[in-house]
Amino acid sequence: MAVLRPAGEFDQSYAYDMATMRRRWQWLALAGFLALLYALPAYGSPSLVSFVNRAAMIIIAVQGLNILTGYTGQISLGQAAFMITGGYIAVLLVTRLDWNFFLALPVAAIGAGLVGLFFGLPSLRVKGFYLAMSTLAAQFIIPWFLRNAFPEVLNGAQGLNAPPPELFGVVFNQPGRFLYISLTVLIVTTVVAHNIGRSRLGRAFVAIRDQDLAAELLGINPFKYKLQAFFLAAVYAGLSGALFAFHLRHVNSETFSLNDSVILLGMLIAGGLGASVGPILGAVLIQGILELATMAGPAVSPFLPSAAAGAVQALRPLFFGVVLMVFLIFEPRGLAHRWSLIKAAWRLRPFSH
Amino acid sequence: MLLHIDSIQTYYGSIQALKGISFTVDQGEIVTLIGANGAGKTTTLHTLSGILHPRHGSIFFEGQPIHTMPPHAVVRLGIAHSPEGRRVFGRLTVAENLDMGAFVRRDKAAIKQDLDRVYTLFPRLKERQKQLAGTLSGGEQQMLAMGRALMASPRLLLLDEPSMGLAPILVDLIFETILEINKQGVTVLLVEQNALMALSIASRAYVLETGSIILSGTGKELLNNPDVMKAYLGME
Ligand SMILES: Nc1ncnc2c1ncn2[C@@H]1O[C@H](COP(=O)(O)OP(=O)(O)OP(=O)(O)O)[C@@H](O)[C@H]1O
Ligand SMILES: [Mg+2]
Repeated sequence: MAVLRPAGEFDQSYAYDMATMRRRWQWLALAGFLALLYALPAYGSPSLVSFVNRAAMIIIAVQGLNILTGYTGQISLGQAAFMITGGYIAVLLVTRLDWNFFLALPVAAIGAGLVGLFFGLPSLRVKGFYLAMSTLAAQFIIPWFLRNAFPEVLNGAQGLNAPPPELFGVVFNQPGRFLYISLTVLIVTTVVAHNIGRSRLGRAFVAIRDQDLAAELLGINPFKYKLQAFFLAAVYAGLSGALFAFHLRHVNSETFSLNDSVILLGMLIAGGLGASVGPILGAVLIQGILELATMAGPAVSPFLPSAAAGAVQALRPLFFGVVLMVFLIFEPRGLAHRWSLIKAAWRLRPFSH
Repeated sequence: MLLHIDSIQTYYGSIQALKGISFTVDQGEIVTLIGANGAGKTTTLHTLSGILHPRHGSIFFEGQPIHTMPPHAVVRLGIAHSPEGRRVFGRLTVAENLDMGAFVRRDKAAIKQDLDRVYTLFPRLKERQKQLAGTLSGGEQQMLAMGRALMASPRLLLLDEPSMGLAPILVDLIFETILEINKQGVTVLLVEQNALMALSIASRAYVLETGSIILSGTGKELLNNPDVMKAYLGME
């Protein structure tokens, strides 16, 4: 009897079922994946645990950059300096004022955010290349300040040591335990970043990036929103830097450098600007490649006699450079774009081509 | 008097683009500003909406001086501006673009009403709600730019060359819609190079030449003015 039903009726409910099933399936897959990550210390090698820790913290810094550069279109070369800022603030709050790490973490993030906002002020007047140059200033001024100012507090070039975080008697003194912190913060930052992307704030960012004249005519105050983007980017950097300081148990004025700011930008480009999965894909890929390069360094050094001594250092930038070139040429929209194509194809299965 | 512009002079650096322009727009009118390329039409609209600020002179909207205000404050007073070249958000959908037009508003129910009004004015936009604005035709993008400006619920609508680059049949449609928008109570200041069309729907008109107003009158008067015919309508 089904043949007598008007065409299209069943299609609708079928499509509906498929959509809810897909959503349920996706949530289950995500929950399973997160469970696997949280359980990693039980079955993963120490080096894998350390890698996931590092990747999680780096992703957070790239997510911040994505808000500023990806959504709002403001290029920044200062992200590493705001990471150091967050690291110093968190360590000082814990060691000098006896704060708990978990209280110091958000305060350090906001502190770094305010410093980032200050260095975003030139965006009132300059754009593009000139703005990139002025964010570069942060990369020189902040480390200089930390090395030279208040030596009895900041301890000059030596920097500061950090105790392990502690909560309700649990001491997070090994990578396997620290993982719970870095993953949890990452989940929070990912949810927040994803929602910013879809909110009124995110729309304003995109409007400024794509059509700044039209954005202004519609009542968006570009300066206000650019500063908010600088603030948020530096809050994310501050979180990342504070986590790193307590993971490494140390921070100094060179813990993160201009080199890292550039790599973070490269990760964002490889992942895809202005998409919320971009930072995750880009950071994991590039960090993975960089660490493979470090491991491959000693293995190939016999074949590179002249560079043998510094083979490890020599190969990392080489790999980074090559990967970046490949992305710029073959996948300028980043892995996030590829990811959405794959998702679309999967949705159309079995009729995809 | 809804809008009163009093001898404004606007500069780009040391280059003077407006050399002391004065005119008025009354409630409910369609006023048009015509002139050749580079006459200063866009500069005038940008000065009105606060993108540029006059070095001398003043602008009053409903008696309130607005010539030092930034654009985001001017929109909130009820002046919406559909810019030259449309400038729609290409990576957002039609519906999202219209939503952006209401950026400064919080009155959800009234926004919904205005959305319905825009979709009634431009049924084509309704059909294409979910399409990315960057993939619309030039005419559709123009409709979207006008619809987006209307979503701010303006009392004064500034239109910068809405007919630019459109086929004649679409030009007719756009001008009919401008009349319809005006009938619904929105005052319109229209900048055009298509003088014939602009003059035929305008209650009053001003002719701009290299930064100065050289002629003014009702639309009909200027349509019958031999100098205007020769200079702007290409007729002997
Ligand atoms: N950003 C700018 N910097 C310097 N001069 C400018 C700038 N924008 C416009 N001008 C100059 O100001 C004058 C007026 O330009 P405007 O854009 O207002 O003309 P228009 O009447 O809108 O012309 P069109 O019909 O071609 O759009 C022109 O001489 C132009 O060259
Ligand atoms: Mg113009």
